[in-house]
Amino acid sequence: MAEAQNSPTSGIAPAGGRPPVGSTTAGQIAVAAESTVATRMSAPPSFDVADFPVPHGREEEWRFTPLERLRGLHDGTAVATGEGVKVAVEAPEGVLVELVDRDDARLGRAGAPVDRVAAQAYSAFEKAGVVTVPKETVLTEPIRITVHGEGGVSYGHQVVELGAFAEAVVVIDHTGDAVLAANVDYVLGDGAKLTVVSVQDWDDKAVHVAQHNALVGRDATFKSVVVTFGGDLVRLHPRVTYAGPGAEAELFGLYFTDAGQHQEHRLLVDHNVPHCKSNVVYKGALQGEAAHAVWIGDVLIEAKAEGTDTYEMNRNLVLTDGARVDSVPNLEIETGEIVGAGHASATGRFDDEQLFYLMARGIPADEARRLVVRGFFAELVQQIGVDDIEERLLARIETELKATV
Amino acid sequence: MATLEIRDLHVTVEADNATKEILKGVDLTVKQGETHAIMGPNGSGKSTLAYSLAGHPKYTVTGGTVTLDGEDVLEMSVDERARAGLFLAMQYPVEVPGVSVSNFLRTSATAVRGEAPKLRTWVKEVKEAMERLNMDASFAERNVNEGFSGGEKKRHEILQLELLRPKVAILDETDSGLDVDALRIVSEGVNRVRETGEVGTLLITHYTRILRYIKPDFVHVFSGGRIVESGGAELADKLENEGYEAYAKLDGADTKGGVSA
Ligand SMILES: Nc1ncnc2c1ncn2[C@@H]1O[C@H](COP(=O)(O)OP(=O)(O)O)[C@@H](O)[C@H]1O
Ligand SMILES: [Mg+2]
Repeated sequence: MAEAQNSPTSGIAPAGGRPPVGSTTAGQIAVAAESTVATRMSAPPSFDVADFPVPHGREEEWRFTPLERLRGLHDGTAVATGEGVKVAVEAPEGVLVELVDRDDARLGRAGAPVDRVAAQAYSAFEKAGVVTVPKETVLTEPIRITVHGEGGVSYGHQVVELGAFAEAVVVIDHTGDAVLAANVDYVLGDGAKLTVVSVQDWDDKAVHVAQHNALVGRDATFKSVVVTFGGDLVRLHPRVTYAGPGAEAELFGLYFTDAGQHQEHRLLVDHNVPHCKSNVVYKGALQGEAAHAVWIGDVLIEAKAEGTDTYEMNRNLVLTDGARVDSVPNLEIETGEIVGAGHASATGRFDDEQLFYLMARGIPADEARRLVVRGFFAELVQQIGVDDIEERLLARIETELKATV
Repeated sequence: MATLEIRDLHVTVEADNATKEILKGVDLTVKQGETHAIMGPNGSGKSTLAYSLAGHPKYTVTGGTVTLDGEDVLEMSVDERARAGLFLAMQYPVEVPGVSVSNFLRTSATAVRGEAPKLRTWVKEVKEAMERLNMDASFAERNVNEGFSGGEKKRHEILQLELLRPKVAILDETDSGLDVDALRIVSEGVNRVRETGEVGTLLITHYTRILRYIKPDFVHVFSGGRIVESGGAELADKLENEGYEAYAKLDGADTKGGVSA
């Protein structure tokens, strides 16, 4: 596989071979006194959409996104329709499920919107969902939130809050057709453990833009699994900040970008507290004309965040001609007193020589492709740790492969 | 008895927007149980012959026929050829990231044998074959050819040869880049397969060195895209002493460089 590699130490220039046509891998480790991760955004975070100018597309945070396909989410022209999206929550006993007004004090605590669409969502939603797992409650069954698009425009807000030492798995499923912008807050109390799986299994025309804000308490463990298959345009922005030392965040992502789809995952981990860990692993496969995957991984280690241990990785597997990957890891370090910090980005191509080699051993072409893609995702899927999700993912990957090959 | 018949094979490649004829009428018959050595200078078209038989898409057959037991090989896709009993040990085996050797071998054996081998006997079969080739057990968990040394790649090719039991095995410079120990281990693997009497072997090589370990029944000199002389094992001795220079006038190929090394 021809690989564009960016190892933790090699910095900016791709080494170890030519990247496949239509891929860019940039990346840097900056040692900076002032964060460029924050200053790169065109406006400071705000809950008010009026604080953000309408993007024109050249802004750092919008330059990869085809604005014309946002269906007006970015410029105020997308007006919410009555039955845009149906949300249902299925929760085990002991979990509090509420629908609250926008003045509820629990909203927005994990972070403010950082771009125009997130602020638009915050300014426009009607009612917010709040799911609370009381302190020390350990769930054995997942909480399931299903978000089904009915073809309209919708703005949403969802809060998932775990009290101290509570443990839960939340599965959020997105299906159907919608134009949806949303903010999702995860608030973890001290020692809490939360795994969230967000599956974007949209119909072909759907547009979904969301900011995920996690505030991870002292000694708490947050695991986010983002799985994106469907939609015309999906742009997700998972963000993590820490509320106390000893906390850990794992951000896993898996995407399968087909012809014509734009799937963009932008991550930020802000090590704003000492002695916290983060581990980011995103993997994507692309196939088909104009399939476009974008991955931005921003990790900031603030001056006060001594003892930080962080690693981020993005790998892409390009299965056919015509697909494009932009992968940009950014690691910014303001203190040298850390345990570890690294990033890697690699985009490889499943090429004709690999296909020939496998076929020359009797393996038919479609099976060869399946073998490679399954192998590519296997390790990541195993780390999800939610059995029925793992099986569903593997099955979905098979379907994706059958669709185009 | 399985027979591979190559008749007047012509093959071209596209290079720099031009079509270049590489094979200019190859005739060869390989029968089960026989070992044919094909020797020739660099650039004479040996790998082109090997790849064309396996069906590599870069090579276009413009004339001639290839049959295996009367079946038209050229009509078959790459995987069909392998399942029909052709095996190519490649000069430059390809890295396949993300696919473990054990998963690859089992998928391949399942395809070629037409059914999944029974897990218990399969694990034992692979383990023993790997031990015979001096391959560490940890090999099975590595990704196909990824980070393999030259010698490891060649051993991995011969491991597949032993597990897949083809009717005709084409070994393209399996000896190149091997030290003496590795050459011996790899040759022993080839000989184990030959001794079954069930495989026809087409041993492509630049050097005579491997012929000390693997005794050919026939030796063919390849030059300028065709076989220019055929004989018994003694022809290799002549090449060892005289080099390829004698054949240089027959084509413009690079005939410099020793035959024995
Ligand atoms: N895929 C290819 N594309 C372009 N030229 C090729 C290709 N394969 C072989 N050739 C050319 O064909 C000739 C024979 O090459 P090859 O079959 O590799 O010879 P050998 O294996 O005997 O060294 C060489 O001139 C080589 O450059
Ligand atoms: Mg060659």
